[in-house]
Amino acid sequence: MTDITSLTIAAARDALKKKTISARELADAHLSAMERARSLNAYVLETPDVARTMAARSDKRIAAGEAGPLEGIPIGVKDLFCTKDVRTTACSHILHNFVPAYESTVTAQLWRDGAVMLGKTNNDEFAMGSSNETSYFGPVTSPWHRKGSNTPLVPGGSSGGSAAAVAANLCLAATGTDTGGSIRQPAAFTGIAGLKPTYGRCSRWGIVAFASSLDQAGPFTRTVRDGAILLRSMAGHDPKDTTSVDRPVPDYEAAIGRSVKGMRIGIPKEYRVDGMAAEIEKLWEQGIAWLKAAGAEIVEISLPHTKYALPAYYIVAPAEASSNLARYDGVRYGLREPGRDIIGMYENTRARGFGKEVRRRVMIGTYVLSAGYYDAYYLRAQKVRTLIKRDFEEVFARGVQAILTPATPTAAFGIGEKGGVDPIEMYLNDVFTVTVNMAGLPGLAVPAGLSSEGLPLGLQLIGRPFDEETLFSLGEVIEQAAGRFAPETWW
Amino acid sequence: MNAHAKPSKLIKGADGDWEVVIGMEIHAQVTSRSKLFSGASTAFGGAPNSHVSLVDAAMPGMLPVINEECVRQAVRTGLGLKAAINLKSVFDRKNYFYPDLPQGYQISQYKSPIVGEGKVVVDLPDGESVTVGIERVHLEQDAGKLLHDQHPTMSYVDLNRSGVALMEIVSRPDLRSAEDAKAFVSKLRSILRYLGTCDGDMEKGSLRADVNVSVRRPGAPFGTRCEIKNVNSIRFIGQAIDYESRRQIETLEEGGTIEQETRLFDPNKGETRSMRSKEEAHDYRYFPDPDLLPLELTQDFVDELKKGLPELPDQKKARLIADMGLSAYDADVLVAERETADFFEAVARGRDPKIAANWVINELAGRLNREGHSIADSPVSAGQLGAILDLMGEGTISGKIAKDLFEIVWTEGGDPRAIVEQRGMKQVTDLGAIAAVVDGIVAANPDKAAQAKEKPAVLGWFVGQVMKSSGGKANPKAVNDLLKQKLGL
Repeated sequence: MTDITSLTIAAARDALKKKTISARELADAHLSAMERARSLNAYVLETPDVARTMAARSDKRIAAGEAGPLEGIPIGVKDLFCTKDVRTTACSHILHNFVPAYESTVTAQLWRDGAVMLGKTNNDEFAMGSSNETSYFGPVTSPWHRKGSNTPLVPGGSSGGSAAAVAANLCLAATGTDTGGSIRQPAAFTGIAGLKPTYGRCSRWGIVAFASSLDQAGPFTRTVRDGAILLRSMAGHDPKDTTSVDRPVPDYEAAIGRSVKGMRIGIPKEYRVDGMAAEIEKLWEQGIAWLKAAGAEIVEISLPHTKYALPAYYIVAPAEASSNLARYDGVRYGLREPGRDIIGMYENTRARGFGKEVRRRVMIGTYVLSAGYYDAYYLRAQKVRTLIKRDFEEVFARGVQAILTPATPTAAFGIGEKGGVDPIEMYLNDVFTVTVNMAGLPGLAVPAGLSSEGLPLGLQLIGRPFDEETLFSLGEVIEQAAGRFAPETWW
Repeated sequence: MNAHAKPSKLIKGADGDWEVVIGMEIHAQVTSRSKLFSGASTAFGGAPNSHVSLVDAAMPGMLPVINEECVRQAVRTGLGLKAAINLKSVFDRKNYFYPDLPQGYQISQYKSPIVGEGKVVVDLPDGESVTVGIERVHLEQDAGKLLHDQHPTMSYVDLNRSGVALMEIVSRPDLRSAEDAKAFVSKLRSILRYLGTCDGDMEKGSLRADVNVSVRRPGAPFGTRCEIKNVNSIRFIGQAIDYESRRQIETLEEGGTIEQETRLFDPNKGETRSMRSKEEAHDYRYFPDPDLLPLELTQDFVDELKKGLPELPDQKKARLIADMGLSAYDADVLVAERETADFFEAVARGRDPKIAANWVINELAGRLNREGHSIADSPVSAGQLGAILDLMGEGTISGKIAKDLFEIVWTEGGDPRAIVEQRGMKQVTDLGAIAAVVDGIVAANPDKAAQAKEKPAVLGWFVGQVMKSSGGKANPKAVNDLLKQKLGL
């Protein structure tokens, strides 16, 4: 029998149901794999006791015929999700000792449906980063290597730990959050599926906030079908989050295998950016060909305000972050660095508690909201956001059902390679993904091929609001055509 | 408005008159069981940090959810202030750091408040009235409280108030004296209490005022204002304005200038002190709170609340004057507190309203004041007072005895009619019995009887003697008539 850590959720679900494996076995296999893979630094906290207790309960429920839809499925949880009695840090020094007394709505729903928590996965500090290098716990190393090279690569970010854990078989699935691409970019870099649902599809309650109007939780899985399975449990209205939307959660898995024949797929010309790698261009063409072959109608579309999305995003997101992170002040929980007075305490706590990138974004956010600059930066960025949203609305109004773009402008890069001197270099990673957050739309990254260096490359499908189902249908078409990608185990 | 500076309100300076201009921001705690964005209790006086939810403590990942009751209360308040209700309003974040502010921002309404322009008519003691414009009313969160006396070197934080809903009611600079300002706050408080949207308890901090004061020469443009923060009694509001306007006038007359600044009122010294200058003012970096959708109301929702509004002090006053024939003064006194008005109306039902008003204002309210009771815990109920008035009206007891009876009911309680019965307090109307007493007293005082012809005031002395001798129970009119007859007046 193959290593049970390489199963899909769908396959594990069947095996558990047939009792050919137990939840406990599945959890143990993953806990061992996690132990062997510690050099990847994908987990910042392993929770073997919790995992075994939950798995034992799952086995009981399976035996009793009371299995939930995710019964016994071992999952990694991004350390941005508050987990009751389990340390939750957002990978920041300022929350290094924080143990929530509450469970985030999304994880609570996963546990309700029988999932098993393996541990908390690494991420960029407060989800601010595109390479998982800003984590207080150090960078995550991608399970992927370039052909014939041992250069450690980034898994992408900010949900780098979740992506690496799924790609390296350290869990069957993981949760992520996506504010500007933090699920889709690491999914693309590690050859797995990653979905950012429509804003409001999943509750944000209990997720450490980065930028409230952009943050959305979503799944990392090795197949598109698994993503559909996980989303069904994660999604839903939550009265504790008034931005979550009260509409029924469909059976997303039913969308898998649904015909895409006659579907109109938009190809936005503005996404052919300068300096885009030839192989990304080629990948995109390949994706178009696959969808066409499946009967979809391909139409060129224009999203004219795309070029303003990245600068506008890097105003809106830091602005909200500067305010969201004000609560980390050393007064009630987390790190407190004494000072000569209250101001001194604030300054010391926040200077030592936040890393460089977080401090940079808090400063940018404070600046763009300050008197005299608000109109020029924040207000204008919000207007740009409205225009970006309108671009998509117009395209969808003309009958386009989804949009196909590359997920990232390049394949994964080496740890320490980018953004050291110029942070913009790092921000450019999000060029294809931020528009989706700005417009509040769903976006799915699907692995579509390997680069000449043997690294995964992904395509992105952008959907109409709350039409994740179409993305799953189309994503599976690409997945079927492209095949699946897994790294060689070297760790 | 410049042309209408009223001479009576001007302040005499060393070299001419000055006019003081006042605008107010009133922070009124919304009456609701739970906080503005969390389910935690708003009860006053709990042990520190006993009414704190995860949201109030700003734990990571917590989100605000608007409390609909607070929205209804704000709309009711707006309607009570005859103000425009904005069907769409927006919550903003006001960002600043302070240990009593767990989120690092206060959720407030900055550009789009829930209530727009309105007005309050303020009746002044001199019979004049001033219409004070209301610029806006918005909803916002209260902060927690720092306790500095619990530890030698540390301050403690109590978050019980953190997140409690406040309405900030902003007036136009339409007030021209400390008296105006005090009357305005009293009137506003009265309206809020009628509406039941704020208990108006200034001692508990349910109502606080930021007072903006500037001075100018009559007819001149507005001067530079200073804001006196957080004044928590009507008396202090008056004192703060008096002090601050004199300070500004003195500064200007000495050739100085007024700096725009925030000041604090020290009730012990009766003076205002600089807190921070304009340069030191915070940049609050307001922006719309992305955790909250814009607040959208339907006209039906507003109309429904409008239908449910109680009669407000102005309407009630007009009705007491028009329908009950009360004087404007009596009506004012009676409507100031809803409980007093309700008490009065219960007493006046089916009786002479003027007598009822007289008793409620003079006997009851006076006594309550002296003994520090509120009308709500009056020892004499409206029913008991009504019974006393009935006994008096039907001639069973005299006015004098009625006061004695009131005293008995106040201290001992009981049914007034039964007390009169049991204690033989009934008025003597038997003319024969009274005549006998009159005869005896006139016979015993021949000198006075002789004087009575020249000095009619002596009649009063005889009346007093007769009443005294009858234990106050003799019918005064009968006594008067018999005496006049006997003395040949």
